[in-house]
Amino acid sequence: MMRVEVCLSALVFALFIVSLGVGPADVSATDSLRALFDTSYGPLTMVMQEIRLPRAILAALIGAGLGLTGAALQGYLRNPLAEPGLIGVSGSAAFGAVLALHGGLAMGAVFGVPLMALLGALGGVILVLLLAGSRGGSMTLILAGIAISALASALTSLALNLSPNPFAANEIVFWMMGSLADLSMTHVALALPFLMAGAVLIATTARGLDALTLGEDAAQTMGINLSRLRLLLVLGTAAIIGGATAVAGAIGFVGLVVPHILRPLVGAQPSRLLWASALGGAIMLQLADIAVRVILPERDLKLGVITALIGAPLFLHLIYKTRRDLG
Amino acid sequence: MSLLKLRNLSVKLRQRQVFRDISFDIGAGECVGLIGPNGAGKTTLMRATLGLLPSEGQSSLTTLTALQRARAVAWMPQAREIAWPISIERLVALGRIPHLPLGQTIPRQDQAFVDAAIDQMGLDQFRSRAASRLSGGEQARALIARALAQDTPLLMADEPIAGLDPAHQISTMQVFRDLADDGKASVVSIHDLGLAARHCTRLILLAEGGILADGPPAEVLTPDLIARAFGVSVWHELTPNGPVFQPLEVV
Repeated sequence: MMRVEVCLSALVFALFIVSLGVGPADVSATDSLRALFDTSYGPLTMVMQEIRLPRAILAALIGAGLGLTGAALQGYLRNPLAEPGLIGVSGSAAFGAVLALHGGLAMGAVFGVPLMALLGALGGVILVLLLAGSRGGSMTLILAGIAISALASALTSLALNLSPNPFAANEIVFWMMGSLADLSMTHVALALPFLMAGAVLIATTARGLDALTLGEDAAQTMGINLSRLRLLLVLGTAAIIGGATAVAGAIGFVGLVVPHILRPLVGAQPSRLLWASALGGAIMLQLADIAVRVILPERDLKLGVITALIGAPLFLHLIYKTRRDLG
Repeated sequence: MSLLKLRNLSVKLRQRQVFRDISFDIGAGECVGLIGPNGAGKTTLMRATLGLLPSEGQSSLTTLTALQRARAVAWMPQAREIAWPISIERLVALGRIPHLPLGQTIPRQDQAFVDAAIDQMGLDQFRSRAASRLSGGEQARALIARALAQDTPLLMADEPIAGLDPAHQISTMQVFRDLADDGKASVVSIHDLGLAARHCTRLILLAEGGILADGPPAEVLTPDLIARAFGVSVWHELTPNGPVFQPLEVV
């Protein structure tokens, strides 16, 4: 492992520990960490194991998934503006969740929202693959993704428009801002298989993404099967984004900004950027999740708001840098 | 030894028949120049040969699996795409992809191919420089080095010397000729008839929807065939360094 990855891994670990120590309960960080393993702390152990631990795990895992898929899609599309939402999966997952909230499913079944989000993601990815065709290139994938995103966004707006009461509408709007509050180890168990399966699928595309640096023709003549690569990438992204959106709602900017920041540090090689971005995504989401608990602990600040607030200025800086480089 | 066999290859693009029934063999030791006017189908012929375009007829390369093909032929497309600012050394190392077992690092024996290709194309001073910081001609040389690092029996390049300065045009054509002299083969599309005549062992003149002439440069580059294919008259002289062609006027 290279120096950059080692530094990023150390930072992920450090933030994981910090994340475990942050919360409304007025206890020292050392006591919190001890309570995680020592049941003699009573309710504090329960707080640590049932509330803070799943939250810290999900912040790292979902952040990593968002960073990984962002880097993979930017590599595949050879476009630094690509992000996981581009293939329509996050939009359709959000629509599935909104339907559950709209229909009051969240009240009856605790996992109604995540399961509907996963169903939405599955529906979205099937439609995108059907629309893009089995032999189409990256352009048809983008067009199909935009079409499905637009449709999902329109249907989400419709659900919001027709929401049965202001509370349901409020709940939908808040859910769409993304949050890691009130998640349990069951949520970890629900999301983990999807995140892991997606990461494995995307890992198999690393070499193809490197070859695509030189364009589709060159990649094909280096032995890369582009149709297979695209299928693996779409399925991997769908699994990760579906799993992440199901438990944490829609969280933007991580997949867009993190690969951008880290690209120069790994020599811009797409395969190396995948893992660096996964670590970078974990760092960004952990930071954002710590921020929502520290800045305004009593106001339930939403995670998506913070990632956008961190992401937008970083992005503006990148635009400024690009313009300066272009002279 | 035959490295490429085409039999009755025909390509139709958007209802237009680009060429029909093209057949030829390319063997080890040949440096083949593919010449012809714009739109004659040089790029299309090379892409169809590689299986990058749907075609009728047969190309021996399209019967291979993707990985077998990647070990049989290296391809430098005309579009010089380098999506990310990777270093020249990493760019050239991409050529080793078809030879690597699963895993990302390039083994020591593969690094030797990368070093040799960088050296052949005179890129040693740019080794660690980002590709985006090189000129168009330097990028083209890096892409040729990438194809050389693939170390295949056959190398095909689409207008590889377009945009290069005269010294690098000559040295690059010499690289393609050296491959042939070393028992491999190269196919390059080229517009400079003088360079084609001096460095290629064989020329294929593509025009009028098929092969107009195929043979040693002296047999293909006759005033009549040049006028018929390109619509120009040329001044032609045999110098101690080989033939020189200068187009004079459109006929």
